Amino acid sequence: MQTNLTRTTLSNGLLVLLKEIHNAPIISAWMWYRVGSRDERAGITGISHWTEHMQFKGTPRFPAEVLDKAVAREGGYRNALTFLDWTTYFETMPADKIDLALDLEADRMHNSLFAPGEVESERTVIISERQGSENEPLFLLGEEVQAAAFRVHSYHHEVIGDLADLQAMQRDDLYNHYRTYYTPSNAILAVAGDFKTEVMLARIRQLYEGLPPGDLPAHKVRPEPVQPGERRLAVEGPGETTYVQLAYRAPAATHPDFYAYLVTDSLLTGPSNLNLFSSGISNKTSRLYQALVEKELAVGVFGGLTATIDPFLHSIVATVHPSSNAELVVEAIDAEIKRLQDAPPPASEVARAVKQARALFAYGSESITNQAFWLGYAEIFADYDWFLTYLDHLAEVTPQDVQHIAQTYLRPQNRVLGIYLPTDQNTSQTTEEPA
Amino acid sequence: MSIKSNQSLPGADDITRVVLANGLTILARPNFNSPSVVISGSVSAGSLSDPDQKLGLADFTADALLRGTTHRSFQEIYDALESAGASLGFDGGTHTTGFSGKALAEDLDLLLALLAEALRQPAFPTDQIERLRARLLTGLAIRAQDTGEMAALTFDQIIYSGHPYSRPEDGYPETVQAITQEDLAAFHRSIYGPRGMVIAVVGAVEPGQAVDTVIQELGDWSNPEQPGIVQVPPTGYPQEPLTRKVDIPGKYQTDLCVGAVGPQRRSPDYLPAALGNNILGVFGMMGRVGEVVREKAGLAYYAFSSLAAGIGPGPWSVAAGVDPTNVEKALDLIRSEVARFVSEPVSVEELADSQANFIGRLPLSLESNSGVAGALVNLERFDLGLDYYRQYPDLVRAVTREQVLETAGRYLVEDRLGAAIAGP
Repeated sequence: MQTNLTRTTLSNGLLVLLKEIHNAPIISAWMWYRVGSRDERAGITGISHWTEHMQFKGTPRFPAEVLDKAVAREGGYRNALTFLDWTTYFETMPADKIDLALDLEADRMHNSLFAPGEVESERTVIISERQGSENEPLFLLGEEVQAAAFRVHSYHHEVIGDLADLQAMQRDDLYNHYRTYYTPSNAILAVAGDFKTEVMLARIRQLYEGLPPGDLPAHKVRPEPVQPGERRLAVEGPGETTYVQLAYRAPAATHPDFYAYLVTDSLLTGPSNLNLFSSGISNKTSRLYQALVEKELAVGVFGGLTATIDPFLHSIVATVHPSSNAELVVEAIDAEIKRLQDAPPPASEVARAVKQARALFAYGSESITNQAFWLGYAEIFADYDWFLTYLDHLAEVTPQDVQHIAQTYLRPQNRVLGIYLPTDQNTSQTTEEPA
Repeated sequence: MSIKSNQSLPGADDITRVVLANGLTILARPNFNSPSVVISGSVSAGSLSDPDQKLGLADFTADALLRGTTHRSFQEIYDALESAGASLGFDGGTHTTGFSGKALAEDLDLLLALLAEALRQPAFPTDQIERLRARLLTGLAIRAQDTGEMAALTFDQIIYSGHPYSRPEDGYPETVQAITQEDLAAFHRSIYGPRGMVIAVVGAVEPGQAVDTVIQELGDWSNPEQPGIVQVPPTGYPQEPLTRKVDIPGKYQTDLCVGAVGPQRRSPDYLPAALGNNILGVFGMMGRVGEVVREKAGLAYYAFSSLAAGIGPGPWSVAAGVDPTNVEKALDLIRSEVARFVSEPVSVEELADSQANFIGRLPLSLESNSGVAGALVNLERFDLGLDYYRQYPDLVRAVTREQVLETAGRYLVEDRLGAAIAGP
């Protein structure tokens, strides 16, 4: 794995990771900024995501319409993502066209316009994005559960932000946010694919080393205190389907318990797929599928952990069977957790989870885009070594470690229990209108 | 040391293609860059064979195949699959039932053995069928609340009025309730068979070995009862322009779908329509539609067009999610963009941009094993020829502005567009 990997920091603080992969004539470049909803306070929730949108609105050199078309014209694929701890922009391009991506990322690190008219038209686009999410019962439930889990820490709010802030934020708020966090010393450039490292690094130096380093922004985080007891909530909304979400306070990605927790989650809800560009596998032999779906208490269950800088959540979500109810589902989940607390799982079950992780890891490595994603992503919450040693660390997890996780974290006092209660049994009505 | 793009595209010299006497076509292409392998393909069994009162039968049957076979229980099947970190799934469509799976290369034999068992000896155990039915019914209840899905479903009902394509493959609650265990077994017995089946194997396995293993598992499969290909009647235009609204109370956003029936994939109209569609509502930030509805008017997070050409003529439509108070404004903007698209030729620059985009993105779509496997299956499904992806750049470059305009005008007839609206 270690071959063809280069990790270096430019004089202005930009961390650069390069990985040569000569499978296909493709290069994927990712620009990561250490800023996300974690860096937001009440009044400017959603600002990191909105800033990400504004990065597509152009610079003097690359006006929006030019920027939009330039990458597509070369056959490239690009997107941007904002999450709790990070904002990232990527382009996957035919190898001989990657210079465009490197050039435009260097340009928009410093020169984006944030024109007031563009800010206003994007305001309604983002509110529309939020409304689309609000149509989903699991978004409505997840937002309330997350808010209940974090009273103090800024993981409290959804990345998209609260409507009140989306309506009130102004151009200068966004521009200041951009100027504060979009600096070389707060960024990581990760490139993987069909290039020669020496040539690629020289070009990156040429494009990026002249950018001013900027002041390293402070990440003012307010740690979440220990939760004093179980929190319960209900969300009511349209539909016929009940959902249950259990969110346990989980350790940060660099905590020694994190790997054992991944295995524990795998036993309970099926293998976690940490890849962004590769689908997972089914979970029908997992303990909770067996206890909930095979017992006809739920029609589906999934769960997972997120690798984050600060402690976040381990979530378990069940879609309740039409002839069952939320209480029965929670009882059955609690019984399965108790089984893990009372006795360590068979070693074979742990070994199986590790094999599943190995397979998912192999599927993820098919994609150059996914490999470039990991180069930068791992650096956000740990370093690339975290990714390289991931399978080895999982292989070291013992049945006793899993029992320890169940006893330490999977306690009612450490969780939020949220239930989505459908308010009606109405079927939809269709009307025809003249054109 | 960089790789020439045309060398990485699949072609006759690196695709192994074998057609068996029972009608099964096997395609294989190696890739040893990662220790994994993917299978993908389809059998000729789809919702076109569903009786109206049991709509959803083909889809239910597909979902039930892995719920138990005459050799293995549900538990044994998934224990084998999941212990290997492998996956396998079936999905019922209109003309065909698709399948796809992946595994570490060392587990390919297991994957193919389970595929063959599921296709040839499903047992449809009653307890599993009832659990599956509950899941399907819950899925339909969720669908009824999904503004995007309900707009698309209603749109199909409008543009395919009176045609089998107007029916949703997953059926309705009452039709799924009506399906019995014996219906599933009978559907499988009379419809499933090797004729018309396609399977692609792509990944860290020698093609010869992949072909041998498929032959071992499926070479002696036969079904004398298997019917011929189901023919569908031609599609037409709706008798009048029609707008239909589905009320879904309590929602925050409304979804729209506007358009008409497009070409089939095999049609010579396909590439001009696809390039035109790219200009209309895909290229860059969702093409002309995205520019007007999202970028200029700020009405929607998504506003794009799509062309779903398949074995038969699929929908050609524009979709958007908007604030319920902005429905009319968005519909007007979309209709006027479509009107411009069918009355004026696209610009020289627009066509050149989309041609470059189609040619440049092809290697990216073939980045993973599943991308290659899907591409191989399409070669077979649409009779494109093994060298299609190598010829593709020339085919794309040959399309003219006049062809785009003429093609668009024949499908997106302005006063015959259907429109579906789903929301509060």
